[in-house]
Amino acid sequence: MNYLYAFLSGGAICLLAQMLVDKTKLTPAKILVLYVCTGVFLGACGVYAPFVRFAGAGATVPLTGFGYTLASGVKEAVEKQGLMGCLTGGLTASSAGISAAVIFAALWALLFKSRDKNI
Amino acid sequence: MASKREKTSPCLKNCLFAFLSGGAVCLLGQAMKDLFALLGAEEKTAYSLVAVTLVFAAGLCTGLGFYDKAARVCGAGLFVPITGFSNAVTSPAIEARCEGAVTGVGSEIFKIAGPVIVYGNIASVIYGVIYYIYLCFAG
Repeated sequence: MNYLYAFLSGGAICLLAQMLVDKTKLTPAKILVLYVCTGVFLGACGVYAPFVRFAGAGATVPLTGFGYTLASGVKEAVEKQGLMGCLTGGLTASSAGISAAVIFAALWALLFKSRDKNI
Repeated sequence: MASKREKTSPCLKNCLFAFLSGGAVCLLGQAMKDLFALLGAEEKTAYSLVAVTLVFAAGLCTGLGFYDKAARVCGAGLFVPITGFSNAVTSPAIEARCEGAVTGVGSEIFKIAGPVIVYGNIASVIYGVIYYIYLCFAG
């Protein structure tokens, strides 16, 4: 059942983004920014945590889940360190994803050459 | 009539592909999460490991040239999940290879992913300040 919920929730989030692409003038980059900020907002409201319990990876894998990670990291850090936590919490919580993206991107850039897009 | 059909049907098709592919990536993520949990990872760590694994795999597919081809068909289904974030980091990095390591790869890595991190971070700091003020009054 978990798998069905993950599939449906993740699919629905992507479907909404595709509708925004097709029906509005928003570019993908703007939609990604919108999604992260929405994730932070929903995380802050306390809506996203139950959604993660319900949908699992269907909630954490889309970019809104990245926003939720930022929000929950900040919340935890503020509770522990006070005001300083505002600055440290978000990036600490999301550091694994960001560092992995940077390291692997550099690795793949070393290994692969740019290819002709038409092939 | 024909032109009207042309306008509406690609949207439906795009949405269907986005739904199916986005769902499939999340399904794969859920399977990985259960696998990592089975191997003894905590819930939070398991989700981080899923993100890292998907970032790794999507970067590899980008390098091999599969990801951009699939993304052209699947649209938002492949750029909204974390794999799209990985693609957005890896793709410009590979393109910029010939421009050098520092001004090429180093700066291009965050060309598309940069705004996401910038605004995500700003939003989270604002939330942190609000939450801190809330705690001051509530606690």
